[in-house]
Amino acid sequence: MKPGALLRGRARVFGDHVDTDVIIPARHCATLDVDELGRHAMEGLDPGFPSRIGRGDIVVAGRNFGCGSSRETAPLALLGAGVGAVVAASFARIFFRNALNVGLPIFECPDAVAACGEGDALEIDPSQGGLTHLKTGRAFPLAPYPDQLLRIVDAGGLVPYVRRRLGVD
Amino acid sequence: MSARTLSEALLARAAGRRDASPGDLLTCQVDKCLATDITAPLSIEVFRRMGARRVARPDSLILVNDHFVPAKDIESANFARAMREFAKEQKIERYFEVGRSGICHALVAERRLVSPGEIFVGADSHTCTAGALGAFATGVGSTDLAAVWALGELWFRVPETVRVVLDGTLPAYVTSKDVILRILSEIGVDGGRYMAIEFAGDGLAALPMEARLTLCNMAVEAGAKAGLVPPDEVTARWVAETGGTLALALAPDAGARYARTLPVDLSRLEPLVAVPFLPSLVQPVRELRGTPVDQVFIGSCTNGYLTDLRDAARVLRGRRVADGVRLIVTPATQEIYLRATREGILSDMVEAGAAVTTPTCGACLGGHMGVLGSGETALATTNRNFRGRMGDTNSRVYLANPWVAAATAVAGTICLPEDLP
Repeated sequence: MKPGALLRGRARVFGDHVDTDVIIPARHCATLDVDELGRHAMEGLDPGFPSRIGRGDIVVAGRNFGCGSSRETAPLALLGAGVGAVVAASFARIFFRNALNVGLPIFECPDAVAACGEGDALEIDPSQGGLTHLKTGRAFPLAPYPDQLLRIVDAGGLVPYVRRRLGVD
Repeated sequence: MSARTLSEALLARAAGRRDASPGDLLTCQVDKCLATDITAPLSIEVFRRMGARRVARPDSLILVNDHFVPAKDIESANFARAMREFAKEQKIERYFEVGRSGICHALVAERRLVSPGEIFVGADSHTCTAGALGAFATGVGSTDLAAVWALGELWFRVPETVRVVLDGTLPAYVTSKDVILRILSEIGVDGGRYMAIEFAGDGLAALPMEARLTLCNMAVEAGAKAGLVPPDEVTARWVAETGGTLALALAPDAGARYARTLPVDLSRLEPLVAVPFLPSLVQPVRELRGTPVDQVFIGSCTNGYLTDLRDAARVLRGRRVADGVRLIVTPATQEIYLRATREGILSDMVEAGAAVTTPTCGACLGGHMGVLGSGETALATTNRNFRGRMGDTNSRVYLANPWVAAATAVAGTICLPEDLP
């Protein structure tokens, strides 16, 4: 995730407890090709999802998004499909770590989720910690990441963070 | 020093601190770390991108062939090959090849690859199973795991703890699977989110290690980071059998602070089923009697243990699987497979009309050896019944214990052993 980059896209709305089996079924997981993973993103709930959405669209979901398996292919599939960010009422913990590690911007904001309809235009300003619902102009504050996570996010993800720790860079 | 839950005590020590409180972010030494054929290849790729050349501590690595093995197709063969070559390159001793392997979580417990008190992370969400041994065991993704390979440590947020107090003894045909389903129905699939579930109470003593593995295995189904059983005599016996160590074992302090305490009276439980599409949607078997199934699956890191196969074989012995129903049985490890063979359990099952497979995660996650077609219904002893989990998006999965699974295979509809003629 590049800190500060403005994210704009249309809301793609899902319910509570969207699990990693529907985000990317296990049978498609024997690949490291992010575009290939993207072609199957959300297949378990909405097989037309990758072709229907626009680049940078924002998945808006209810509680416990990304529950279930630890597969990192779940956030990678969303990235591969062109998803720009995920805003949810809450996230499952492994998905939360995985998303930050692979650079998929995610934000916890139950109020914004409640206010969003399918296709609504949204703008997220990560540096200011805010989400704007463009049609109504309503603004929602986004909870900041904890310090330890900020160090990783600020380094550009866990890979650059470890490179720095190993003295590679 | 303030009183600590088991998770707080274990994480504090691994971080070199006296105390740890919920919400603290700690960097902990990781004692053991696990990857499988389905998650290791991404970790390997990330490990290289991190600029790492050698893993920090080769003796901490566990690499297990279990998900898509024996290779289900060319892609999975290449995934397994990537892990095999990495194990060779990094001189990893605890690499488990097809035929000498098993489902990773069952293998970890069986071979004492993780000891009580250790910090154990795995690139598989059911890594929490090893909490049954009194380890702090939790699932992570492939990138976090690669960081552990490179640095030997990882950051953790100290979780709040839910204390589940078990009292009484289990009635006939009720197992620890029903205990965890009962807990899930009570707190929901996010009721333990970011938390640890610590088991306690007099009812624990009568639960053998296999039953505890089942309990802790499904802690993640409540969103929990870990499920833990404080080491006791059952743990000590289990560890002693192959010369493991209790050197790092810790207990929770009296007076530790819990986010919530949940009492469960084991004697009042009955056989339960989780209905599609969440493990928390739980009903008694008696309310689902007569629901037809196309397939029954007995296996997985939840219920593929020898005790589970024995329970199922008691029902199947001298009976036949119903016409139009497929029964698939997957022993969780080679050792369990061998012992079940020697005990005659598997011949009883084969005679009943079951298909017995080599150890694999295959059917449980819709990988291979038992994938469901469109419109099909399965009853499985596994841990997840999400939409499409075992195959087609339009298939359905019910979760239950091995007694119920075996009886259902014979009747062709969901039922209890006592319902069979």
